[in-house]
Amino acid sequence: MTTLLEVENLKTHFFARNSVIKAVDGVTFDLEEGESLALVGESGCGKSVTAMSIMRLIPNPPGKIVGGSIRFMGQDLLQADEATMRGIRGNKIGMVFQEPMTSLNPVLSIERQLSEAVQEHLKVSKSAAVDRAAELLDLVGIPGGKQRLKDYPHQFSGGMRQRVMIAMALSCDPKLLIADEPTTALDVTIQAQILELIRKVQRELGISVIIITHNLGVVARYVDRINVMYAGRIVERGVLGDIFADPRHPYTKGLLASVPRLDRPKGSRLIPIDGMPPDLSALPDGCAFRERCTYAVDRCATDTPLVMPVSSGVGHQAACWIADQDTDASGRPVGAAIDG
Amino acid sequence: MVDQSTDPSPALVTVSNVKKYFPVNSRGILQRNAQYVRAVDDVSFTIKRGETLGLVGESGSGKSTLGRCIVQLHKQTEGQIKFDGVELSTLGNKEMRTMRRRINMIFQDPYSSLSPRMTAGGIIGEPIEIHKLTGSSAEVRDRVEELLRIVGLNPYMADRYPHEFSGGQRQRIGIARAIAAEPEFIVADEPVSALDVSIQAQVINLMQDLQERFNLTYLLIAHDLSVVRHISDRVAVMYLGKLMEIAPCDDLYETPLHPYTQALLSAVPVPDPKVELEREHIVLQGDIPSPISPPSGCVFHTRCPIAVAECAMTVPPLREVAPGHMTACLRVGPDAI
Ligand SMILES: Nc1ncnc2c1ncn2[C@@H]1O[C@H](COP(=O)(O)OP(=O)(O)OP(=O)(O)O)[C@@H](O)[C@H]1O
Ligand SMILES: Nc1ncnc2c1ncn2[C@@H]1O[C@H](COP(=O)(O)OP(=O)(O)OP(=O)(O)O)[C@@H](O)[C@H]1O
Ligand code: SF4
Ligand SMILES: [Mg+2]
Ligand SMILES: [Mg+2]
Repeated sequence: MTTLLEVENLKTHFFARNSVIKAVDGVTFDLEEGESLALVGESGCGKSVTAMSIMRLIPNPPGKIVGGSIRFMGQDLLQADEATMRGIRGNKIGMVFQEPMTSLNPVLSIERQLSEAVQEHLKVSKSAAVDRAAELLDLVGIPGGKQRLKDYPHQFSGGMRQRVMIAMALSCDPKLLIADEPTTALDVTIQAQILELIRKVQRELGISVIIITHNLGVVARYVDRINVMYAGRIVERGVLGDIFADPRHPYTKGLLASVPRLDRPKGSRLIPIDGMPPDLSALPDGCAFRERCTYAVDRCATDTPLVMPVSSGVGHQAACWIADQDTDASGRPVGAAIDG
Repeated sequence: MVDQSTDPSPALVTVSNVKKYFPVNSRGILQRNAQYVRAVDDVSFTIKRGETLGLVGESGSGKSTLGRCIVQLHKQTEGQIKFDGVELSTLGNKEMRTMRRRINMIFQDPYSSLSPRMTAGGIIGEPIEIHKLTGSSAEVRDRVEELLRIVGLNPYMADRYPHEFSGGQRQRIGIARAIAAEPEFIVADEPVSALDVSIQAQVINLMQDLQERFNLTYLLIAHDLSVVRHISDRVAVMYLGKLMEIAPCDDLYETPLHPYTQALLSAVPVPDPKVELEREHIVLQGDIPSPISPPSGCVFHTRCPIAVAECAMTVPPLREVAPGHMTACLRVGPDAI
């Protein structure tokens, strides 16, 4: 397999009047061709900013990519000029945005919006673009694509509009599809349809996919690998099976333990993660999760843990001082010195 | 028609044949023969004292509207809502105000449901003052501090304004306010859905503790079926304004009888890839129809994987098919077609 995307030590900060918000602060991950990857973490941890950095769409000011590199198909996107980036955004990377900033224009027909997107990226005639638009609607499961082309966005339901957004992102035959919270606003039954659709196009077109979500459950069925983010950093990564069966970072463990699950007997009490995520403009020394962590040791307050291999799982890594130690039934490391 | 035959304990809340229709004005002009959004369309059920009834269903199915009718924030178009034997829609303003002490609501959005110009203490203390539950302002203050402690906040936070709190903390303030007048019954409309997963468990645990401590009765409205299962004794499923199924929690999750409930449950993601790969997913085709012109017969027939011709013609009644387990499907039950 060849690597399609390599993000290394990416740092994207926002400069407010008297503070610096370190929205993304040293993110590293890579993506193989044909692979699907999830970026998971709670609100404000930097998922969208990571995606927008890859697209080079960070508003400046207040934001700026202050460090790192992003290599896509061998090219460093952080060195590319705007013209090159426009080509890449259109033709190589398609994105479904969380904020409906590119959402559908209510006064233009679906045909007009889709075929214009096609024409912008593929130099084809108008009638060929319309044919392609109908094909795309079929691909994303809007039956009778041709008949629905003349419709306006308000004639489509939320789920259908999200399908159209996916069709737009696919209009230029991208190598990579980034979907930022593609199902969050949708109902469970529609959510399942959209995720099935993304998996289908990934397989049929052989493209790579990054799905961004705050819901670990959502991706259990639909991706190959997971990266868990917390406070602007990746804190754990691994293949699907390792993350769910053998989570090593206390945050990942907490996320999995704090949600009720349909596949488990009904328990009496949930185990919450206490406290709140830290202020990204005043991150504490040491590990950013420390104040909420029930396993923290002295070292966590002073030294920032780096992402390091844990367990025997392939590519299973975590940024936690105790993550590679064997743990007892309660998750505490065996033989480790624990204060408190 | 509700399962009182099998259960002698009297219901605290009885909802009988409730409808709530909202008029829609087409093209901006109010018309005489206006169309209606049938938000709630002939719904009946009971809730027993001390019980949690979960109410699930997709967006627009009428859950919030039903909840608002029950606390009389909306007047129902038809049907009866009885609380402790009293028909609520017949109460005058003054009587309803007294009743409001016993019934309360927690709202979905912790960001907009609290008045931004009042302190946390003012927000929580307001119902105590409205209902004149304590005499002096010092007593109100004491009670507010006690309530803050009950919901796991620090009493010194009473002087802060909502924007100084996180989402989870704001939802706690909403809960403190809801229990301030010592209600017996609380309608909680999506109490955790606006919160981050890592915070949700804090609020769910709090709601359970309060229920135990004060013998509260809950109607829990939520679209997250895992959360509903976790804290409900019984669960009701709505689709397009109608009740599709209602059953004890374990029965509903282990042996769902209605094809809609089955599809809904199969669509809930489970955070375990092994389980996920073996689970059968019923992916429903199509979208939820408009509640302005709902499908004829069974409102679910346009998306139902097992529908037959009859389903488009006959409205299936809600029938008891196992003890306490009621469902509205022509193809389920003793005389199924
Ligand atoms: N334009 C901006 N100006 C200032 N701060 C910003 C801006 N955009 C994002 N941020 C900050 O960067 C951090 C990360 O934001 P981001 O949108 O990446 O979060 P996220 O993980 O996508 O969260 P969510 O799940 O809520 O979408 C947040 O603290 C946010 O407030
Ligand atoms: N005040 C109103 N005026 C007109 N229509 C309304 C009003 N309130 C609700 N509706 C309509 O009634 C239907 C049911 O809405 P309701 O808010 O009860 O659904 P819900 O099940 O709570 O959905 P959600 O899960 O999205 O909160 C919807 O079609 C909605 O648009
Ligand atoms: S590094 Fe320390 S504080 Fe951070 S997650 Fe690991 S154990 Fe907890
Ligand atoms: Mg985001
Ligand atoms: Mg609602």
